[in-house]
Formats: sequence, structure tokens, C-alpha cells
Amino acid sequence: MKAKVIVLPKQSILDPQGVAVRDAVQHHGLPAVKSARVGKVIELELDGAFSEDQLHEVCRDLLSNPVIEDYHLSVEN
Amino acid sequence: MKAAVLRFPGSNCDQDAHLALRELGVDVDYIWHKDTSVAGSDLIVVPGGFSYGDYLRCGAIARFSPIMPAVKDAAKNGALVIGICNGFQILCEAHLLPGALIRNRDLHFICEHVRLRVENYETPWTNDAVTGTVLRIPIAHGEGGYTADAATLKDLNRNRQILLRYCDARGAVTPEANPNGSLENIAGICNATRNVFGLMPHPERACDARLGSADGRAIFVSALAHLGVKAAA
Repeated sequence: MKAKVIVLPKQSILDPQGVAVRDAVQHHGLPAVKSARVGKVIELELDGAFSEDQLHEVCRDLLSNPVIEDYHLSVEN
Repeated sequence: MKAAVLRFPGSNCDQDAHLALRELGVDVDYIWHKDTSVAGSDLIVVPGGFSYGDYLRCGAIARFSPIMPAVKDAAKNGALVIGICNGFQILCEAHLLPGALIRNRDLHFICEHVRLRVENYETPWTNDAVTGTVLRIPIAHGEGGYTADAATLKDLNRNRQILLRYCDARGAVTPEANPNGSLENIAGICNATRNVFGLMPHPERACDARLGSADGRAIFVSALAHLGVKAAA
């Protein structure tokens, strides 16, 4: 089993990396891009018993900081 | 009175903090992050550096070090805890202080002397200064932008928990004096009970005039005075 966690800065938080990437993309010739946010993807390989609640707990407590980030968890077979 | 400086893998301001306290006449020990006791320390320094290589997020992994439950207990029981730079990030991640530190507004790592206005002198950390005093202390960080939600920011202001703001040479808190995009120029905050303090600037690097500034001494001298100890001259 694999779990994928996507962590992104909250919409309300200034994301200076996202702003720099957006500006670079626009400069590259794609002015249609109005915003960009830069986060991270964490892949977890799982073997053994676990619950989705446990995964959410890890996402909340460790993999993301809820003060500044949102996360999205997906579990794949 | 006993002081301790924590050491995580990647801490690199531990020796400076140790020296700064020793020079003030304090009995100070190092505590390794795998220890589980702060050994009755009255003053605990969480030093700067790059704990765990800043992997995941600054301070995110150090927060779960074996020593941290003891630090939390000590803080709950009134011990003075100061987090400097990466230490500030760790204390925020550990929820000993509200808010978080994000990438600097301009993405650069900034290493320079800045000026800080003391916003509240009635705390264990600033009683040696007066409100409005301007301190000249260096910063050295890439992720020092203080952020918090609107409700937290309101509480911080109402409870006078904002102790230091970036300012210009005359003490004016202006957007130009804000090096990293911190909300409201915030450079340092304390918790509601005032015994836990986090700041991005490095007072331990400004304790000897021969190194460019001795303004950082005010922070440590204040903490010692609060603990009933007169700092060595």
C-alpha cells in the first residue's frame, strides 16, 4: 500500500516561492498563469496494519503545520 | 540558579549561547536532545542552527526529540525557556508559542545586524530595558517571516506578548525596516505567562562590544534578574 500526502501553503499565507514561480512562468511566456503555490509531496509505503485515522494524525501533527499549511491524503492499493 | 543549552543534531549556536551565559557568571550545562530531563534548570536555551537539517520544516522534527516533553513540563512549571532563531521555530512547532515562521519575503538568507524596538519591558526577558529602547542585534535566517492567524495576532497585541519589532535606527517600526516580511514587523514574542520567549535575532551573538554589539546582553541580564541573580559585569 502507498499513501501520498500533498502539503501546500494555506491560501491565506503569503507564499514567496509561489510568487517567484508565478512571475517566472509569466516571464517565460505564459501570462495566463495567475498564481502558483509551492508545496511538497510525501510518499509513504505501508506494510502492516494501519488506519486512515492514524495517517491523518501523522499528517496533522508532523507532515504539515496546520498554522500555515493544508494537506491532502490519498491512499492507493 | 542553573541554566542549560539544548543540543540537537545540526544546532550551531549552542556554543555561543553557552559562552554568553558563562560570561555573565551563570552555571550552564549542555543537554543532548536524547536526554529526557532538563535536570532542574531554571533557564533553558533552545539554540539556533539547522536541527535535523531543516528537513520537512524548520523545527518540525526537533519538536519530537526525547528532550521536548521535559522542556514542556519545565515551561508549564514556570522555568524560563528562550528559543533563538531555529529555537524559535522549534518552540512554535512544539506549540509552546503561537504562530509559525515561513520563508523570508524575498527568499534570501539574510545575515546582518538589525534594529529591534523593545515593545514591553515588563517581562522576564526585557526588564533590563525600557519600552522603546532600540537594540542592535544580528539576524541570520532564511525562514524568519513570522505569521499567525488574525485571532492569534489580536491576542498577542492585546496581551502585550510582542516583545520585539524590527525598526529603523530611530525606533520607527516601518515596512522598510522589516527584513523578512514578518507580520507587523514581529521579531520576538512570548507566551501568555511570559516565561517562554522566541525570537529570530541572535542576542547571544551580541554580548561583547568587540563583536560589534553588546545589546544582546539586555535579554540575558533581564532573565537573570528575573531569577534573582545579578549578572557578572
